[in-house]
Amino acid sequence: MATTSIQVNETPLVLYLLRRADDALILGHRLSEWIGLGPILEEEMALGNIGLDLIGQARSLYAYAAEAEAAGNDEDKFAYLRDAPQYRNLLLAEQPNGDFGQTMVRQLFYSAFADLYWRAMTESHDATLAAIAAKSEKESAYHLRHSSEWVIRLGDGTEESHARVQEAVDLLWPYTGEMFECDATERTLVDGRTIIDPATLRDAWDHTINAVLSRATLTRPKNPWMQGGGRAGRHSEHLGHLLSTMQHVQRTYPGAAW
Amino acid sequence: MSDVKTPNTPLWEVFIRSRNGLAHKHVGSLHAADATMALQAARDLYTRRGEGLSIWIVPSHAITASDPADKGMMFEPTVSKVYRHPTFYDVPDEVGHM
Repeated sequence: MATTSIQVNETPLVLYLLRRADDALILGHRLSEWIGLGPILEEEMALGNIGLDLIGQARSLYAYAAEAEAAGNDEDKFAYLRDAPQYRNLLLAEQPNGDFGQTMVRQLFYSAFADLYWRAMTESHDATLAAIAAKSEKESAYHLRHSSEWVIRLGDGTEESHARVQEAVDLLWPYTGEMFECDATERTLVDGRTIIDPATLRDAWDHTINAVLSRATLTRPKNPWMQGGGRAGRHSEHLGHLLSTMQHVQRTYPGAAW
Repeated sequence: MSDVKTPNTPLWEVFIRSRNGLAHKHVGSLHAADATMALQAARDLYTRRGEGLSIWIVPSHAITASDPADKGMMFEPTVSKVYRHPTFYDVPDEVGHM
């Protein structure tokens, strides 16, 4: 790598903001990988729109993280000059697109959470976060609607679409538990009413997901074992490959702008 | 018979109302599997830059259109009826604004 990575002073607020921003950026980048490959033009635009919504959310959160850290970092440095172990996103967000059904299941699992999360976060005592939440909540509500309609149609579709989307549900299920984690660092922010405890959203998320899976004639996996580590920078092998593509230009031509 | 698969996503016509008080206006068409997905696709394709407050989608096959070959019969007879335009008439000055 031609450019060295930045160091980030991860105060609780900065760490929290990076976690949520990284979720949005990495998932948004994943969706951008569909450009030119969408099953139909209409859906390619839908995937692009959702990806842009997420990257927009990431920008707001990175900008606030830069302000909170006040160390000369900015949105671009957070995105382009951190290596995989410095990324704090959910493992779910970095999972490969797979087929279209797998992309939609990943989106459903995340959006069902994000919809609840940002709506609850509009009550944050931090005015900046409450404002970001108000914008993100409307976007996430649409992402949830779009992904759930597709999962219902694929699950309750043909024999092949059913089998493939069930496989995606089973594959991605162990990555859903991480969304509800709240470690000691975030607990201090919960106590100050800056953020909400995501564990409180568990029942509502289950309710949403159960309803969609049921309409889609899909089976909810029984396995309660959950994968974790993304929040602490322990990622699957997929993130490094994603970053090598996403960061290539800035790493090769440091400071390039256009 | 061609072996090209019949698309399972029929065509829909999209109408957008840009502001309250205006009529829905035809903006284009799209392919979608059903009405719900067509509405979402219309939102994603035609309202990305704040174009609308309301969307109608209509199955293209539900639209009955005039035949271009009938143009003469359908539309030319009106060309000579200039008196159907309000501007054809001279309004006396005494009437003032109408």
